[in-house]
Amino acid sequence: MTTHITSGSAVLEARGFCKSLGGKRILNDVSLRVNKGEMKVLIGPSGAGKSTFLQCINYLIPPDEGVLFLNGTPVAPSVKRELYALRERVGMIFQDFNLFDHLTVQENVSIALVKVKGMNRGAAALRAMEELERVGLSRRASVYPAQLSGGQKQRVAIARALAMDPEVILLDEPTSALDPELVGEVSAVIRELARGGMTMILATHQMEFARALATEILFMDRGEIIERGAPAELLASGGNTRTRAFFCKLAAEEGAC
Amino acid sequence: MQESLETVFGAMPFILQGAGITAGTVLCAMLLGLLLGVPMAVGQTHGGSILRRAIGLYVWFFRGVPILVLLYLFYFGLAYQVSSLHFNLAGREFSVSFELSPFAASCIVLGLTSAAYQSQIFRGAINSLPAGQLKAARALGMRDSVAVMHVILPQALRLSIPGLSNEYSILLKDSALVSVLGTMELMSRTKAIATSTAEYTAFYVTAALLYFIITILGVRGLRRLEKTLRIPGYTHV
Ligand SMILES: Nc1ncnc2c1ncn2[C@@H]1O[C@H](COP(=O)(O)OP(=O)(O)OP(=O)(O)O)[C@@H](O)[C@H]1O
Ligand SMILES: [Mg+2]
Repeated sequence: MTTHITSGSAVLEARGFCKSLGGKRILNDVSLRVNKGEMKVLIGPSGAGKSTFLQCINYLIPPDEGVLFLNGTPVAPSVKRELYALRERVGMIFQDFNLFDHLTVQENVSIALVKVKGMNRGAAALRAMEELERVGLSRRASVYPAQLSGGQKQRVAIARALAMDPEVILLDEPTSALDPELVGEVSAVIRELARGGMTMILATHQMEFARALATEILFMDRGEIIERGAPAELLASGGNTRTRAFFCKLAAEEGAC
Repeated sequence: MQESLETVFGAMPFILQGAGITAGTVLCAMLLGLLLGVPMAVGQTHGGSILRRAIGLYVWFFRGVPILVLLYLFYFGLAYQVSSLHFNLAGREFSVSFELSPFAASCIVLGLTSAAYQSQIFRGAINSLPAGQLKAARALGMRDSVAVMHVILPQALRLSIPGLSNEYSILLKDSALVSVLGTMELMSRTKAIATSTAEYTAFYVTAALLYFIITILGVRGLRRLEKTLRIPGYTHV
């Protein structure tokens, strides 16, 4: 735990998040802070609460307890205006893309620019094309999501989030719904974002990501963060037994353990 | 036989005019049902609990009470009673009177009934959309009203067209009931002329054919609309 207890305020800090659903405790006092340009990787078994935590951060699922700080300022999401502003500043990428099926690729990227940021259509369309260029899909701007491969869909979803110019992006297993041969193109885009200094919180099963890009790995199980540390430390020492067992299982899937 | 045909042909303009009124009634009722049904469906899926309950009651009422009862209740009961209003405003007597035509009353009753059914078609379509659509819209900072207008409804309305086609053909059949108010639509004209000429078979067969044609036209039209609006590559299951 040597990393990032720096002075100055984090871009985003979630403090003491708790959530129960259907009488079951899903999140138990989960905290996380992320500084500019960092990538925090949440890792842990299925049902650990990773998706729930990410969706609590932008209040798609309102947490029962916990405070969110953006650049050091607490957010009051009960005030609608603050809630919308928060979501504008925190982008989200979903496991199953969630593109708007009735809109073209370009409209998917531009709609929130028009309806949320109040840009005029022309400017929004141009901006959308820039972002599509960035993920290598400007040539597919006029097709519909159903005409794209999974990897392309996820890249459009990334462009859609980037167009809003977010300060942080939350990525919930962005590659796990993809066929193996399509993972690479999405990973490459995310790697590029990391290199460009984008601040990200990523939930994944992919060790490769964690190893290569994470500034910190947070191992989550049964609604709690059990261990955290720089990838080298955590992966080398193996940490506590539950963590080690999980990593070993993952490594076995990747054929390395 | 020859004679019957000649009688029918002679009465054709009269009958066709009735068919036009029938089609007009159904169209008005469908539109009223759409205008009320869409917000009702949104209220039922995304509204507060009081709103949901109110809409639920509305739906049960119109599903539970026969159209014939509603027609009598509305036209001879309610509309008749409020057709002349007297009230006192700032010390002066005002009186307003208006007459609701049987056509308008028919459109309103059929439209209010259709709204109940249409709202359930739209509600089903809204609920069949993946939850991720609303989540993604919200995650981009959209207000729920914007998300509903620009993400949910455009998809739900497309999915509703087959259900609407069904509703249209049922509504068309129900429209024969409005003859009890004295609307001179297809059914009442057929009845009148069949009775006066005693050519029952010929005229009722003609009416049946005309109802059938109006059904086909509407269903075809909606089918074409569905095709026009189809999203390339998209198959919803
Ligand atoms: N609406 C709900 N009601 C009750 N329990 C829920 C609800 N949503 C999620 N859960 C439970 O919360 C727990 C955490 O779910 P979550 O999806 O956050 O886990 P996860 O870490 O993202 O798992 P995965 O790796 O499979 O995506 C699970 O046990 C799940 O069954
Ligand atoms: Mg998950």
